[in-house]
Amino acid sequence: MTAPAAPLALLAELTHRCPLRCPYCSNPTALTRPGEELDTATWARVFREAAELGCLQVHLSGGEPTARRDIADLVRAAGGAGLYTNLITSGVLTGEAKLAALAEAGLDHVQLSVQDAEPGSADRIGGYRGGHARKLEFARHVQDAGLPLTLNAVVHRQNLDRLPAMIDLALALGAARMEVAHVQYYGWALANRDALLPTRAQLEAATATVEAARRDLKGRLVIDYVVPDYYAKRPKPCMGGWGRQFLAVSPAGRVLPCHAAESLPGFAFPNVRETSLRAAWEESEAFNRFRGTGWMPELCRGCERAEQDWGGCRCQAFALTGDAANTDPACALSPHHAVLSLAVGAAAEAGEGFTYREPQRDVHRVPG
Amino acid sequence: MQGTSIPRLAPGMKLREDKARGQWVVLGPERMFVPDEIALEVLRLVDGARSVEAMVDDLAARFAAPREEILADVVALLDDLAAKGVVRA
Repeated sequence: MTAPAAPLALLAELTHRCPLRCPYCSNPTALTRPGEELDTATWARVFREAAELGCLQVHLSGGEPTARRDIADLVRAAGGAGLYTNLITSGVLTGEAKLAALAEAGLDHVQLSVQDAEPGSADRIGGYRGGHARKLEFARHVQDAGLPLTLNAVVHRQNLDRLPAMIDLALALGAARMEVAHVQYYGWALANRDALLPTRAQLEAATATVEAARRDLKGRLVIDYVVPDYYAKRPKPCMGGWGRQFLAVSPAGRVLPCHAAESLPGFAFPNVRETSLRAAWEESEAFNRFRGTGWMPELCRGCERAEQDWGGCRCQAFALTGDAANTDPACALSPHHAVLSLAVGAAAEAGEGFTYREPQRDVHRVPG
Repeated sequence: MQGTSIPRLAPGMKLREDKARGQWVVLGPERMFVPDEIALEVLRLVDGARSVEAMVDDLAARFAAPREEILADVVALLDDLAAKGVVRA
């Protein structure tokens, strides 16, 4: 068997520690404790192995990556390995001096998340008072340091109506790029789905806003936008296909085809403490299980889109059907597709309260 | 772009060798471009100090083509890269 094509990017989840408590956090609901985190030297080895394997970019993420005291050393190690370094941050832990140290260490790009354009709402969603103001201050430091900035706006029912203001904020903060990211409903977000799912009217207004802004701001702001699964007819090509372009390493060293895959049952994910990144990518059962099209159910295998959307998202298939090997129910051809419209209906009747992300709170909840 | 313009890579853009795939790539935030041979020759001369004219002189000394033709091609190529956000004047 020939080796699979090399991955393009590594997501390094340096820690699950984070001062924010966003109810749609993409981390697993069972968070890794600080004592289990990989040390500096191990991460440096992971970065070298990723570059040798063919990765071109590393996304330094978490949790909040700057909660690690060695973050500047990690940036330097990743850049030294030849990787393009992107810091994915909430911005609230990084003052001017720490940012200067990161720039000095060779950081290539900063991606800053915001919870809303309206400070009171932003602080409520992030579960962190004063957070929004600190983010704005951080963005000014990024601009002063001459680092390129992407603003990441995670959108849902409780902030989507202020999307135009969030686009204005991106411009005011000097961002050249913006991601308008609809919440993906796994882990914490699935537990909060009723409070977060947008209405169809909101979604249509948001899509029109993005299209108009792209036209008006051509050459000033690039906007990446993905329509949420719950209103889609076909699934997204999750991660560009399992084990095709992308790998993630968890704070405790587990090598994953996507950062959410850790919560899938019945997997023995390889760990960088015991194996090389290359062996994990090329030989592990976990990466090979859903690689390509051979694993697919009949429905996907005969589909002309099999190699476009790769059967969609394995985590969503598990979360909503109980079997990770099923067709993603976001596909209208899936026999389980109705669970998405049922969820939309349930959310329309629900309130706005959140179950916040907490280290000790593990919300095992699979909506029926 | 004009002959007197001094192009440089846009903030966040880097030209790197991709040894695993035997090519050169331009890397940016969540983006990657694979320049063709001609674009690569031009991008290698983009250093934020050299003017388009100086780049064309360099290329004219190495490639057998009329200088005016090279200038037109280089300007068109840089305009395209500028529209993609890879270079700035």
